[in-house]
Amino acid sequence: MQPALTIRDLEKTYQGGHTALKGVSLEVAEGDFFGLLGPNGAGKTTLIGILSSLVNKSGGSVSIFGHDLDTDLASAKACIGLVPQEFNFNMFEPAIEIVANQAGYYGIERQEAFRRAEEYLRHLDLWDKRRVMARTLSGGMKRRLMIARALVNRPKLLILDEPTAGVDIEIRRTMWAFLREINEAGTTIILTTHYLEEAESLCRNIAIIDKGELIENTSTRQLLSTLKMETFVLDLESPLAEVPVLKNHKLQWINEHTLETDICRDDSINTLFTELNEQGIKVLSMRNKTNRLEELFMNLVENANSNRAAS
Amino acid sequence: MNTREKLVALKTIATREILRFSRIWIQTVIPPVITTALYFVIFGNLIGPRIGKMDGFDYMEFIIPGLIMMAVITNSYSNVVSSFYGSKFQRHIEEIIISPTPNYIILLGFICGGVARGLAVGVAVTIVSLIFHPLNIYSLWVMFSMIILTAILFSLAGLINGVFAKSFDDISIIPTFVLTPLTYLGGIFYSINMLPEFWQNMSRANPILYMVNAFRYGFLGVSDISLTTSYVIIIAFIITLYLFSLHLLKKGHEIRT
Repeated sequence: MQPALTIRDLEKTYQGGHTALKGVSLEVAEGDFFGLLGPNGAGKTTLIGILSSLVNKSGGSVSIFGHDLDTDLASAKACIGLVPQEFNFNMFEPAIEIVANQAGYYGIERQEAFRRAEEYLRHLDLWDKRRVMARTLSGGMKRRLMIARALVNRPKLLILDEPTAGVDIEIRRTMWAFLREINEAGTTIILTTHYLEEAESLCRNIAIIDKGELIENTSTRQLLSTLKMETFVLDLESPLAEVPVLKNHKLQWINEHTLETDICRDDSINTLFTELNEQGIKVLSMRNKTNRLEELFMNLVENANSNRAAS
Repeated sequence: MNTREKLVALKTIATREILRFSRIWIQTVIPPVITTALYFVIFGNLIGPRIGKMDGFDYMEFIIPGLIMMAVITNSYSNVVSSFYGSKFQRHIEEIIISPTPNYIILLGFICGGVARGLAVGVAVTIVSLIFHPLNIYSLWVMFSMIILTAILFSLAGLINGVFAKSFDDISIIPTFVLTPLTYLGGIFYSINMLPEFWQNMSRANPILYMVNAFRYGFLGVSDISLTTSYVIIIAFIITLYLFSLHLLKKGHEIRT
């Protein structure tokens, strides 16, 4: 099957001399839900800018569904839908016109454009706001409007640059469900996000970029399997006066009703409970302290920085 | 994109541009009509009779074509410069840039908006002029073709200004310091035959002189400049500015990084 996206040795140096991308190569399979992660200033938005022709590349090649950006730009553009990080629509236009006009720029007839605009605005719960000037919409509505706009040309590749930034958890979960739905319907999705829980929940494959270099590119499952330790928070039934000392596990005091412990992935959790039982400590509930991917992400970025410093 | 899809894209951009100025008609259409009406009252009605005949016509009759042309020039220019810079400032130009719409369609779409506003204001000013003087038309074809060509030319000039502009100040510098002086010195209020030879020759370097005179020919049948020269100069300017605008869009000047 032809890859949805092929990037080879992609470089970008801005006019001021700042190098944002240093020879990034990656491939995204058709139908994938692909996460592009990295700290602020890593080069994610530059990479997305190049894919969507808003940024001129300095070197390398990009091919979208087999259409090279240098030789077949119009066909490559026709495959893409973009949800950028910042709001980039006319604040003084009604929502329905913003979506229908976007369809028009792809050559979709007016009647069909409005039909599709209705479909996506309804799906994203914006139909009641269709005649409202975009500037009066809330932050979450504006984000959903940009998703509706990006989908109106039925793109084969949907690129989302932090689509849920500043959106409350309820809307975020609704948006996740919607994105899963369109991915299952066949749309390849590339997602950048700072919410690593979001990437862990949605993405099948993940690439991590730091300082313009690709430092990881693998499946989410493979990435998570490399995690050695997990931190658990234990909620206790009865208050404790001091931190209990266990033979095989080290506990940390959070408060009189809460303890924390690190457990190696190879170890059984049963031993922890056996030791707690021996001391008469009853656990009401247990949960992961941090998002697993977040921990991994921090490790990878720190390792990359250490390697750079060493070399 | 096939031809049909390109036409849809052009229609979309043109419609959006026309709706943009139509929605705020009190800011875009009414002010130039009021300003021009004041010119008619002050220069035409009050001062005009004391000036007497100009090229054998009443002063009011002489200035009407020039004032219509001035309204068309400033409005087609300001429509495109403000719309293009506004779309850069709010970043919604990106909506079009990421789409497969070719650059020449983007350019034509913005020109359609500029020409539409120029014509809307031009028609409104012409209607107001009827209050002061009956309309004489010598050549409808010359009048119509000249107003369309002028609106196209200044729409292109507005787009180039919009591309280079980095702030809202930049979109008012050219209209204030270049366009307005050239328009006033472009023979709207006088015939260049009244000027000393040196200033007559200097005036010939002003492209607006050719537009005003050719347009006046469409009304009165008289012009200080040959009609052919006017058409050649205006068309040459349009081709030059069109190619330059296309080059700027292709390069993504101040649009892409």
